[in-house]
Amino acid sequence: MALLPLGALVLAGCGIPTVGNSPGATTVSKSVYNLWQGFTLGALIVGGITIALIVWAVFAYRRKGDNIPKQSQYHIPLETTYTIIPILIVLGLFVATMVVENKEEALPKTNVTIDVNAFQWGWKFLYPGHDVVVVGQTTQEPTMVMPINENVHFNLTSSDVIHGFYVHDFNFSRYAQPGVLNQFTIRATKLGTYDGQCTQLCGLYHSLMVFRVKVVTKAQYAAWLHTNYNPVAATAAFAALKQQTSSITPTKIDESEGNN
Amino acid sequence: MTDVLDPPVVVEHHDEHHEDHGPTGILKWITSTDHKVIGLSYTITSVIMMVIGGLFAEIIRAQLTTPNNSLVSLAQYNELFTMHGSVMIYLFIGPFAFGALANIIVPIQIGAPDMAFPRLNALSYWLYLTGSITMLSGFFVAGGAANFGWVAYAPLSNSINTPGAGADLWIGGLLLTGFSAIFTGVNLTATIFYLRAPGMTMFRMPIFTWNLLITAILILLAFPVLTAGLIMLYCDRHFGTHIFSVAGGGVPVLWQHIFWFWGHPEVYILALPIFGMVTEIIAVFSRKPVFGYKGMVFATITIGALSLGVWAHHMFTTGVVLLPFFSIMSLLIAVPTGIKMFNWIGTMWRGEVWFSTAMLMAIGFLITFLIGGITGIYLASPPLDFFTHDTYFVVAHFHSIVMALMMGAMGALYYWGPKITGYLLNETIGKIQFWLLFIGTQVFTLPMYVLGLRGMPRRIAIYPLHHSWQYLNDWASIGALMIGLSTVAFLVNIAYSWKKYPAGDNPWDGHTLEWFTTSPPPHHNFYRLPQIRSERPTWDYNHPGHTAAEHGHSAAHRDETPVEAPTS
Repeated sequence: MALLPLGALVLAGCGIPTVGNSPGATTVSKSVYNLWQGFTLGALIVGGITIALIVWAVFAYRRKGDNIPKQSQYHIPLETTYTIIPILIVLGLFVATMVVENKEEALPKTNVTIDVNAFQWGWKFLYPGHDVVVVGQTTQEPTMVMPINENVHFNLTSSDVIHGFYVHDFNFSRYAQPGVLNQFTIRATKLGTYDGQCTQLCGLYHSLMVFRVKVVTKAQYAAWLHTNYNPVAATAAFAALKQQTSSITPTKIDESEGNN
Repeated sequence: MTDVLDPPVVVEHHDEHHEDHGPTGILKWITSTDHKVIGLSYTITSVIMMVIGGLFAEIIRAQLTTPNNSLVSLAQYNELFTMHGSVMIYLFIGPFAFGALANIIVPIQIGAPDMAFPRLNALSYWLYLTGSITMLSGFFVAGGAANFGWVAYAPLSNSINTPGAGADLWIGGLLLTGFSAIFTGVNLTATIFYLRAPGMTMFRMPIFTWNLLITAILILLAFPVLTAGLIMLYCDRHFGTHIFSVAGGGVPVLWQHIFWFWGHPEVYILALPIFGMVTEIIAVFSRKPVFGYKGMVFATITIGALSLGVWAHHMFTTGVVLLPFFSIMSLLIAVPTGIKMFNWIGTMWRGEVWFSTAMLMAIGFLITFLIGGITGIYLASPPLDFFTHDTYFVVAHFHSIVMALMMGAMGALYYWGPKITGYLLNETIGKIQFWLLFIGTQVFTLPMYVLGLRGMPRRIAIYPLHHSWQYLNDWASIGALMIGLSTVAFLVNIAYSWKKYPAGDNPWDGHTLEWFTTSPPPHHNFYRLPQIRSERPTWDYNHPGHTAAEHGHSAAHRDETPVEAPTS
């Protein structure tokens, strides 16, 4: 039974309803999707059996007269069984979770870094070393450009309240918080433009705090950086960001220097 | 086999003279320390709060029926969902779960004359009422009610981002209801440990009472933390402290730790009493003892213990919590909860299931709670939480849970209402209410799961035209409307059935002590008590020869002579 969810990962893609979920546009989003399928397979089996038992109990044993049924109360082997089986299922789910989580939380060596700074009510995307900054708020949503098939390192911060950095097609979100530097790596594998939105309530215009992510080829990315080269704006933006984040100690040790 | 015996005839001796020269009318109600009067006040107040919170929900759902809707403004929308969540969690389901029915039923179930501290009990109710009025009065001050979500995350909840008295009234109201909960926790714990009738050992307590004991202990562990956090928040807002602000060297995420250290046990503080209600209902309407009674008790204790170590699963996406620990702890809660689910099924198994409204509500609870429970397992896995966090998937998950609790609560009102009032509710209207509530709940929650997987974030007042979210939102709104109609059916039923169907002492052939006394029970609850030799003294008295078969062998025939109540 413990192997059931792991087996489900292998079976990924075999007819489990997706209900709006997708493998997404990154390496991790695909693993997350497979994990989701494994959980869903387990949920359908366990949930299906349980609902069948409930429905059976309700209809097969509906009151037919004024009889008093046998007053049985304990069945130790049965009770033990339905204690142990869930423990095994849960451990299986935990192992599958850890496999994907370790992949998602890894910080491999990267050549591209994007600093994302959320504020009420918009987003600032800074490209260190290239003097490029993209800013947009509410009705003028910004577009973050990133190269395909490249590990992109993100430094996520907030300059006021807590925001949620969420890109549906990345199957991923992370809080942008004041006083916290959140780091993660995303490797996009599909060209395209994707919707992003703030998910954590951040005040009046929370509903309008959207952005776009555009995944482009490496050549397009280089050209885009060149076109948007703006040292005056970028220097000011980096200085402002540095002032906010100077006192922050990263929550994770950056492994890009050591392990990889 | 023995036929069903009539309930025992109650000896009529009204020794309530001491009540007669007290105050009368409304003054009697206000000054009462009788746990049944206080419990009824709790019940009425919390049902009113349910209606208010439900109206907020209907406005929210109306706003979301079309993209870029302007039924309410962005600011009003933030107030509405903040107050919807706050009213439902803090003012309805919590006080209903551990204030209303617990107050009325727990002392009677253990054969006690009242709660251990009747005046403290009255104080609890009045704190709850004043707290509720305080929180809701935010709508009448400049700037409106609190609008930072029911979780009040720092630094959004500080005085710069959320100025205005509405937020302070929210904090004040929550402090008052928090103290009310703590006092009720003290009272329930003391009552259950010290006021049990002779023969009512711990393992003869009905599951409902057991669950309230665990709930009371959880209240005592969790609520003081919230109270402390609220005082810190108030100090940050008004007295220049920087506990949750980066600028002064504080830590915003500390608020989340404090809030969820209370907030996750709170989920079980709401749920365990309802689990208890459902357990009683299922056993009585299946005419069987609770299957795996002791396993049920240990499962409840395990849930209570685990619930104190899972708070940071609400904070997976903060990036500053230990993911594997909180993931495995959260996943493990599925185990005792699963045990409960199978025990409920086992109780019905080979029983005589009577489809009363109360039982239908309990069955509706099982199915809805199963859906909410299984989707909760997804959220215990950090990678799956990352992409569903703060989307409608989470909203759908906890609405499956709370709507299941709502069904349990409604079932309990149909089941115990006759004991409190002496009159039954109409079963036909009750069944209409059940089907509206049950189908409405699924029509309401299932589309929201899909919306979440399609990327709709929670707490947004408007969504753009180009998204395919509209028809799913429309279905959810239709479901919400059905749930609203079910509440209307409930209120109609109360009006229609008003003093129409006398209940008698024991209309459902109940198991536990409350069905041994009159409906409503006399001032100190009992004129006499049966012998207590199992967790079903009333059943044992009414059906000698049908006592529970313990571990395979039948219990011996017992002396069933009623004894005089030791307390009166």
